[in-house]
Amino acid sequence: MSGTEFWATQFLNGLQLSMLLFLLSVGLTIIFGLMHFVNLAHGALYMLGAYIGVSIAMWTDNYWAAFFGAPIGVTIIGIALYTGVIKRMRKEGPMSQVLVTFGLIFVIVDLVRIVWGSIALGIPTPEILQGQVSIFGISYPAYRMFIIALGLAVMAGLSLMLARTSYGAMLRASVENGEMASAMGIDVEKLLFSVFCVGCALAGLAGVVAAPVFSATPAMATDILIPTLIVVVIGGLGSLTGAIVGSLIVGFIQTFGAVLLPSFSSILVYILLAGTLIIRPEGLVPARK
Amino acid sequence: MTNAFKYLLVGALALTLPASAVSAQTKVGLLLPKSGNYAALGEEIDAGFVMALEEAGLADQFTIIREDTEVKPPVGVAKIRKLVLQDEVDVVVGIVSSGVLGAVRDFVDGSKVPLIVANAGNDHATGSACSKYIVRVSFSNGQINRPMGPWMFEQGIRKVYTLAPDYAAGRQMIDTFTKSFSAAGGEIVGSEFTPFGKTQDFGPYLTNAKSANPDAIFVFYAGGEAISFVKQYDSFGLKADIPLFGSGFLTSPLYVNAEGPAAVGVKTALHYVPTLDTPENKTFVGAYQAKFDRPPSEYTVQGYDSGRVLIEAVKSGASDRESIASALPKVKYTGPRGPLEINPATNNVVQNIYIYETVADGDALTQKVIATVENVKDPVNGCVMQ
Repeated sequence: MSGTEFWATQFLNGLQLSMLLFLLSVGLTIIFGLMHFVNLAHGALYMLGAYIGVSIAMWTDNYWAAFFGAPIGVTIIGIALYTGVIKRMRKEGPMSQVLVTFGLIFVIVDLVRIVWGSIALGIPTPEILQGQVSIFGISYPAYRMFIIALGLAVMAGLSLMLARTSYGAMLRASVENGEMASAMGIDVEKLLFSVFCVGCALAGLAGVVAAPVFSATPAMATDILIPTLIVVVIGGLGSLTGAIVGSLIVGFIQTFGAVLLPSFSSILVYILLAGTLIIRPEGLVPARK
Repeated sequence: MTNAFKYLLVGALALTLPASAVSAQTKVGLLLPKSGNYAALGEEIDAGFVMALEEAGLADQFTIIREDTEVKPPVGVAKIRKLVLQDEVDVVVGIVSSGVLGAVRDFVDGSKVPLIVANAGNDHATGSACSKYIVRVSFSNGQINRPMGPWMFEQGIRKVYTLAPDYAAGRQMIDTFTKSFSAAGGEIVGSEFTPFGKTQDFGPYLTNAKSANPDAIFVFYAGGEAISFVKQYDSFGLKADIPLFGSGFLTSPLYVNAEGPAAVGVKTALHYVPTLDTPENKTFVGAYQAKFDRPPSEYTVQGYDSGRVLIEAVKSGASDRESIASALPKVKYTGPRGPLEINPATNNVVQNIYIYETVADGDALTQKVIATVENVKDPVNGCVMQ
């Protein structure tokens, strides 16, 4: 393995991790940015995405059915959570929201253990994405390439939607000034509900995409929460660009930290988090100035 | 009138039955994780323990009180205090995490309650921190990995790269392997410890390992980390050039099917595999499969043997804390994993270590034993029994 090949592979590793973090954090951050709601149960939705994906893949023997089915399933669960719990909590302070959604994590994790058991489950990588692909003479796992491509596609899709569609314009207006947007005839509540659904679908998508690389375990719900929150805090709450910047920074720091400073790799991200909070507490690219 | 009489009779029986049975009862505190990352292990050990009691037909002679350690040392200490001081159990069985074992060690030793360790492999627990009240029937981290060094050297492997999670068990397993492999004449060309419980993406580490150009990779991972590692090792195309070895938890029958075809060809060492061709094991596997419809794992056997040594101790006449503690190290029998005895010098189990390859069997994966290292006994490691 030559020097260039080594660094190029590590670069792709960093990009791949960033994209996975992006898929997760973008849902969390847009829900927070638009609804001012801290949804710690987001990690639990990610876990549900993986488990629902495993079940669909087992029934249908087809990964792609799981790929499309899991986000839909998670959205349905998200809607139930929204109407049952979150809608009532909207007017409460952030502390109650954090407590309630944190409690939801434990409820959902135990429900998952009752339904799917405590033993880790896996999905095989879809046949078409098995093995390696070769790009510029560097061979890299095909499925990881797929994650990178998917992340970039979601990134582009969301940016276009926010910048170029009337739905995006209404969203931006509602973030800037909800009351005024409402006075202009925008149904803010309905808009926010649709954003919540998109956030849930993205969490489910991240779960089902991660399942073939990792595995579905009940620990996913909490394991992923901290890196995702770090991405959101570093990037800036509620902004799409913030989620992109935050995931790239965290993804690359984790990867190159593991390569260059293995003994410090786990604290590097926390150092960055502390630094951001001291120097720019609003995050690098906040939604509102 | 007759009905009322019946109820009275049933009531009287219900009152007298447990009362008369209590005198012969042994109270067992089963201290296992029921929540957290190790919940599946706790369930397996619990099932194995109950199987041993049922097989001996003694289930009604043992009262089991279950407590959840949550895999947290302070919770473990609180729960064992409750079991010993409030429930007044005769013996405590369980402990999955070495961290919890380390935390409860002094309390167990001081309160003189026998503890049968059913998983936690920390070498110190039957070494410098040994106690005559702590008997381990599972394994020690060193015991499993020591035989792999000379064996891999015999297979013609000279340069090895090691990887493990960065915590006590990971370090002990790799240290033992490194020592025995170097002593055999091999060379460790690189070694890394990944952040424990925080590493899901092994891509950077695998790329590092590949660029060190070893003959083989030796790792210890368990549970979710094991699944992620084995799958990612395969997806990076390392399998074709650099074979994977490790301690057998890497491809435990408990979750090897989640690893899928990526696990085929991985060679590891463990104290039990469900495919052992002995009559004791076949009976055991049959009984477990009838109940759970899948093969048992090393964790089930650890639970089973925890129950079995306790039954043997009680059969030999032990009834209270002190007599159980002194009877346990004398127990010796051939069980599902082969001949098993307790080394009185350390109170750690003496057992066979099986080197096995994970092979495909139709759609499922199974274990093919390729070498057996008999009666592996840990060195005394500074243990002074008193």
